[in-house]
Amino acid sequence: MQTDHLDGNALAGPLAEIFTADVSAAVSRCATCGLTGPVAALRVYDRAPGLVARCPGCEEVVLRLVRGPDAAWLDLRGAVSLRIPLGGANPGAVATDGGAAGGG
Amino acid sequence: MSTFTRGFRGRRRGEDDRLPPGQYLAEDFPVLSAGPTPHVPLDRWEFTIDTEAGQTHRWTWRELTALPYEEPAVDIHCVTSWSKLGTTWRGVSLDVLFEDVETTADYALVHSYGGYTTNLPLDDLLDGKAWIAYRYEGEDLTPSHGGPARLLVPHLYFWKSAKWVRGIRLLTEDWPGFWETAGYHNYGDPWREQRYADD
Ligand SMILES: [Zn+2]
Repeated sequence: MQTDHLDGNALAGPLAEIFTADVSAAVSRCATCGLTGPVAALRVYDRAPGLVARCPGCEEVVLRLVRGPDAAWLDLRGAVSLRIPLGGANPGAVATDGGAAGGG
Repeated sequence: MSTFTRGFRGRRRGEDDRLPPGQYLAEDFPVLSAGPTPHVPLDRWEFTIDTEAGQTHRWTWRELTALPYEEPAVDIHCVTSWSKLGTTWRGVSLDVLFEDVETTADYALVHSYGGYTTNLPLDDLLDGKAWIAYRYEGEDLTPSHGGPARLLVPHLYFWKSAKWVRGIRLLTEDWPGFWETAGYHNYGDPWREQRYADD
């Protein structure tokens, strides 16, 4: 069963088209079972019309990516959050927006 | 000799006519899957049709395979651009399964073991256009190709022919399925090259 999927590093290239940060280095939390782990540890099914990344704990879909000729579709419903490591930047702007939208 | 040549040309022209735009002819049968292959024991397998009124019609494996079957020879077209001509299957026509189903629904959401879904208008499942197929080229359908049974609806892109089919839910409103919610076309007619949502 190890041959029917790749690991989450296979997402690095396709997602680099969309995100400036390396999302395969992010930590995701599965919306189904709560398992938290690196995106690189997801199970990626690529012999399909798109990329389907599944949780190694419960096998539910965490992330889907379809690349059309002039657009990409990204579905992150299966991820509660992504912790994306970023270099020391300006956290103030993010905190202000989050405070206003989320009530603190 | 001239007869042979004409026949050969004729067959080639026929194959070109049968290839929708943007498709190439595949000799093998590529295995596409969005997840791990479910292995469903036949004694626990079932197929259901749920109506919009809440009625469930249910068939066990033994019941399904005791129904009259057809052996369609059809061309199949995958949205990833391969086509295969003249594939032969054995399966039960959806017309047979819908014989006693009372519905006024316009839409169907097909669901599979393993969680896959795909949607299509109910009309596209009826009038000899779709089967629950359980044999391919004279052999039991293997799990990698969707066995024990898959939907076969060859006039649409093959992602509509759900592998490991478990049931059909009839709906009064359209409900997009797995690929239809991720950029793929809601209907998926290969002859109109309806690959992506924007097409
Ligand atoms: Zn999970």
